[in-house]
Amino acid sequence: MKWMSMKNWVLCGLVLATMTGCHPDLWNQDRYEPLESGASVFGEGESSARMLVEGTVPYQGAKLDDAYYRGRNTNGELLTALPEQMTLSRELLKRGQERYGIYCSPCHGDQGAGDGMIVQRGFVPPTNFSAPRLLESPVGYYFEVMTNGFGRMYSYASRIPVEDRWAIAAYVRVLQLSQNATPDLLTDELLNKAKNPPAPKVEAGHGAGHEADNHENKEEAKGEH
Amino acid sequence: MISLNGKGNSVAPVFPPGVNSLVRWSIAGGVVLVLTVVGLASALYWSPLVTDVNVAKEQPVPFSHHRHVSANGIDCRYCHTTVETSSFAGIPPTETCMTCHSVILNDQEMFKPVVDSWESGKPMEWTRLNDMPDFVYFNHSIHIDKGIGCNHCHSNETAKIEDMRLTVKAQTFHMSWCLDCHKDPSQYIRPKDEVFNMDWEPGSVDAKNSYEAFGVANQEELGAKLVKDYNVEVEQLTNCSICHR
Repeated sequence: MKWMSMKNWVLCGLVLATMTGCHPDLWNQDRYEPLESGASVFGEGESSARMLVEGTVPYQGAKLDDAYYRGRNTNGELLTALPEQMTLSRELLKRGQERYGIYCSPCHGDQGAGDGMIVQRGFVPPTNFSAPRLLESPVGYYFEVMTNGFGRMYSYASRIPVEDRWAIAAYVRVLQLSQNATPDLLTDELLNKAKNPPAPKVEAGHGAGHEADNHENKEEAKGEH
Repeated sequence: MISLNGKGNSVAPVFPPGVNSLVRWSIAGGVVLVLTVVGLASALYWSPLVTDVNVAKEQPVPFSHHRHVSANGIDCRYCHTTVETSSFAGIPPTETCMTCHSVILNDQEMFKPVVDSWESGKPMEWTRLNDMPDFVYFNHSIHIDKGIGCNHCHSNETAKIEDMRLTVKAQTFHMSWCLDCHKDPSQYIRPKDEVFNMDWEPGSVDAKNSYEAFGVANQEELGAKLVKDYNVEVEQLTNCSICHR
């Protein structure tokens, strides 16, 4: 009985052998994924994602509003209050706090003293937000610095959306207040707390939602300071 | 012996008697052989040779998540800025590296490819580790937005993303792996503000704090609550067109 020729056996074996590692065309289709190399079309070392041609003008959403996009009013002066698109609220400050923690605290530190971990690793220390020059700077100044960069600090315009930059600028004001508050600003309850601080809690585990703290604890445990 | 002519005259046997047991043994042997081949094939299919799980690939620069995340406390989103908003999680541009490394380590030989990329304007060519097949529609942001944590997909028991000296793929991303969660996301879903907490996993200390905060006893109860609160439409999640469109 000869129900399968030698050639078919060999083919069958080859199919079985390659089945696990085989990636037919459907796996990698003829289209670019984000950031895929565009070497075959644009030349060696080129990305498939292209830079905008110089002089490109957006056909919609042009950023003409100087106050909102650049932090300056029509006279070219830095804004002293949030632009009309932004509403100061607890939510905005919470958002600013979160985004400050992600993008700013590595250098500026959690309290804005300019002592973040990257500074401890050797980066140029930024000015303390409570320095007189910065206390007097209008809120538009912080927006402008985030947008254009300042000194050793690169621009964050491509990384932090406009509304988040305003939220962070508002939160910087919170930090400044927190470091320069006078007793008359406190409610009786808070004043009482400040005068009679509760005994520090000794916690066994990590508290929920304190990522930064966790990392610090972890590092101490590993002794890699 | 078989009688062929009906007269009781037996014909000389075609096969010697020993063939009977040989036939029996070869049936057993065939079964064993098939099982062995299937077993080996499946072992190969699940092995790092094919899945790439826990395999470090050659990269232009030996980037360490351990140094940046565990040791320096940098949030994922500092570099992966679009994870919350884009279907594509994103690899940071050279500008992001240079934000700190214009000052730190920039004179080191191993860092040269980044400096070269910065000066030439040609992007870094990292070796991709987590790559869905092109017939899979995958949106990164929806997973973040519905309370699936980074470490659920990017860490495993032996390799935690925040502690990786060299980055590796942590899960197989087989269809069965995806479906495990798509069938019942309540097993893994967590509060949205714990998504970036690398110490949160069902049953961990941080998870127990969440259970307490939500007034529930365990992951089962928290999961059921969050699936409802976050409008996760579980009955839709196993539709073919959710991932293949």
